[in-house]
Amino acid sequence: MEYFTQQLINGLTLGSIYGLIAIGYTMVYGIIGMVNFAHGDVYMIGAFQAMIMMLICGVLGISWVPLQLALMLIVAVMFTAAYGWAVERIAYRPLRGSTRLAPLISAIGMSIVLSNFVQLAQGPRPKPLPPVIRGGFEIMESDNGFIVQLGYLQIVIVLATIVLMAAFAYLIAKTPLGRSQRACEQDMKMASLLGVNVDRTISQTFVMGAALAAVAGMMVTLYWGVNDFAMGFIAGIKAFTAAVLGGIGSLPGAMLGGILIGLIEAMWSAYFSIEYKDVAAFGILVLVLIFRPTGLLGRPEIEKV
Amino acid sequence: MATMTMTAAKAAPTPLTVAIKEAGMTAFVVFMLSFLMIGFETQASQGQPMGYVTRFAAIAWGILLVPLGRMALVFDRYGQSMPALIGGGLAFLYLFGGAVIALAFDVPVVGYNEHLIGSDLAAAGGIPMPFADPIVDAIFGLGALFIVINGVQTLRRAAHGELTLEQREAKEDRSSTRAKRLSFILGPTLLVIAFVLPMTPFSDRSLIGTLTLILTYVMLGWGLNIVVGLAGLLDLGYVAFYAVGAYTYAKLSVDLGLNFWACLPLAGAFAAFFGVVLGFPVLRLRGDYLAIVTLGFGEMVRIILINWQSFTGGPAGIGGIEKMTFFGVPFEKNPAAGTVSFHQLFGLEFSVMHRLVFLYYVILVLALVTNFFALRLRRLPIGRAWEALREDETACRALGINPTNTKLTAFAMGAMFAGFAGSFFAVKQFFISPESFTFLESAVILAIVVLGGMGSQVGVALAAILLIGMPEVMRELSLYRMLAFGAVMVLIMLWRPKGLLAHREPTILLHRGGAKKKKAGAPA
Repeated sequence: MEYFTQQLINGLTLGSIYGLIAIGYTMVYGIIGMVNFAHGDVYMIGAFQAMIMMLICGVLGISWVPLQLALMLIVAVMFTAAYGWAVERIAYRPLRGSTRLAPLISAIGMSIVLSNFVQLAQGPRPKPLPPVIRGGFEIMESDNGFIVQLGYLQIVIVLATIVLMAAFAYLIAKTPLGRSQRACEQDMKMASLLGVNVDRTISQTFVMGAALAAVAGMMVTLYWGVNDFAMGFIAGIKAFTAAVLGGIGSLPGAMLGGILIGLIEAMWSAYFSIEYKDVAAFGILVLVLIFRPTGLLGRPEIEKV
Repeated sequence: MATMTMTAAKAAPTPLTVAIKEAGMTAFVVFMLSFLMIGFETQASQGQPMGYVTRFAAIAWGILLVPLGRMALVFDRYGQSMPALIGGGLAFLYLFGGAVIALAFDVPVVGYNEHLIGSDLAAAGGIPMPFADPIVDAIFGLGALFIVINGVQTLRRAAHGELTLEQREAKEDRSSTRAKRLSFILGPTLLVIAFVLPMTPFSDRSLIGTLTLILTYVMLGWGLNIVVGLAGLLDLGYVAFYAVGAYTYAKLSVDLGLNFWACLPLAGAFAAFFGVVLGFPVLRLRGDYLAIVTLGFGEMVRIILINWQSFTGGPAGIGGIEKMTFFGVPFEKNPAAGTVSFHQLFGLEFSVMHRLVFLYYVILVLALVTNFFALRLRRLPIGRAWEALREDETACRALGINPTNTKLTAFAMGAMFAGFAGSFFAVKQFFISPESFTFLESAVILAIVVLGGMGSQVGVALAAILLIGMPEVMRELSLYRMLAFGAVMVLIMLWRPKGLLAHREPTILLHRGGAKKKKAGAPA
């Protein structure tokens, strides 16, 4: 039981991070119906920028942790958002209205460019960081001395995710930006006829997705403390799996999918084998797609002939 | 378009103000993209806390040069091409030329190997360049070249006048027929070159090696073309079947001692079987979902290869795979007692090249077989069903085509050719490991198919030569190789979104020209 609780906590933390990345995939897919293959690398860049900001804080002598975290968050989000914008501008906008495969290939190309750019600019070796937030609560102890830990950092990650989710739900449901996004999602041509600036809305979607990926990257930097240029790929695939699992195009679905993937991964590593945790995640994805092709919370796709 | 910009220009601010505004925005973007990622180089060394060194000078040059280029482009857009032509031309000559000279002749270039720019001009006596790395200078030089090309195009357009819609359509038609004619000429030409090249004096080890690699990808591209180009199934895990083929041959050769020629059909059959097994549950999915599931399968196969230590050798892979034989005759300098080696059989001097050239011809023939099959399959009922399915699945269902079975055959066919290519890869390398079967490989093969122009066989060959050959040629760029690879992928896609040689027409038409109307009028 205690062991299970610990895995639950770990899984939820991991799942929150996946969920944040997954939202970027799901929003982009919702609006232009395409997979943003460079999103995983944007997340990696977010992690690197948060890490660099942390080092700058160290050099500037800022040691008060909340200020440090706030600076990391703001800087990483702003600078990573620029990358989200650039990916859209270079790989998607010129190809709007062409075949479906063209943006897919250009996005894969962008993904290769970004990861190799980081390898060149920051060096190929993994970057280890000392933990910023240590300690936590000990909430349970079993008879044989196993202590269930709930780290402060884990609380921060889950809380931040909940806050961001709430903010996003508000943004999509109530603000003009969210309205134009939903309009573009439903019918891009009609939305443009009614005065919605489609290009700008799509750009904003990419920027928002990149901002959330930056938050996820910062959390991973704090949580695991090792960044390398290739980290974006597998995290990206898993987050995408999460988005599909929850029903692509649906924001709560992405979060749910992220948490499920996180839990599956944590539980599988704990009870079965750590080597096959990725296989488990993909296996679940395949099963869900076969029996419920629209994902858990996705709307069924109505085909018009 | 021309009249629109003209009227807009009258009401709107002058080119200069627009240029300044856009340059400012560009400078902002460059700053945002580069400040943290380039400005601070993190350095992690053993046992010490991580630190960084700053490279602000490079950013400053970037923020200076890129907006200047943007300004030139804006003026060019307003019909003033001179800044683009002169400024871009000079910048290209200086940056690219300087970089090339520095790389080629090892001239001491001020700024290289130092993080301060132009630190000591007189002392070094070399060329002062903005960036600390000649290749970055060269990249900026190429950017300047792009601006020059833009300027030239504007001049030409100004000379000929803007095209009307009909003219543009006619031009597109012409370029499409040209593409078709080009592929008609290019195909046989490439084929002849491919056959003759190893016999010419140019052929050396590295050239044959590169060509063999290219041909492997051509074959994979043609195989995937059946799945993606003909049947319209987006497969992002094609490398899984390649891996199955390679491991099949490796296991059969290492454990059972079978030779390549016995294993080749087995590897193909096994990969095809794998395709059916994987495809059966998932082929009901459409479009992107299928892409994701295939991607997932590709990764699963790789993870299993890494972790199933007892069978696949894990991350260390399988080594000591039997080398290629000339239909049973080995290419050994000193063959085992009782056997004859290739050079003895033909009374030749021993040379390593014999085996390499033979490998080259084997993959050439295998690729051509793939091509032949793909071309013939198109004309069979099953091929036509694939093409119909690609265009409209619902209509196919209404016409009584079983979509799952039809897709499954396409999947199995594609997988079979990947299996052949995989066992060839294993015999060529005589060592395989999961490293060789990453998602990147799938992405490269798919990129070859899409860049070539889906469904075009010659286009696939061209794209493979470009994408695989180019990084081989640019080996000297070492670190920048993959960066260039990704960038070329993006640029070709932007330049030709439909692929290099694109034509997507049914292989067999019932009535020329009437096909479109029929499809639109088909009952839902």
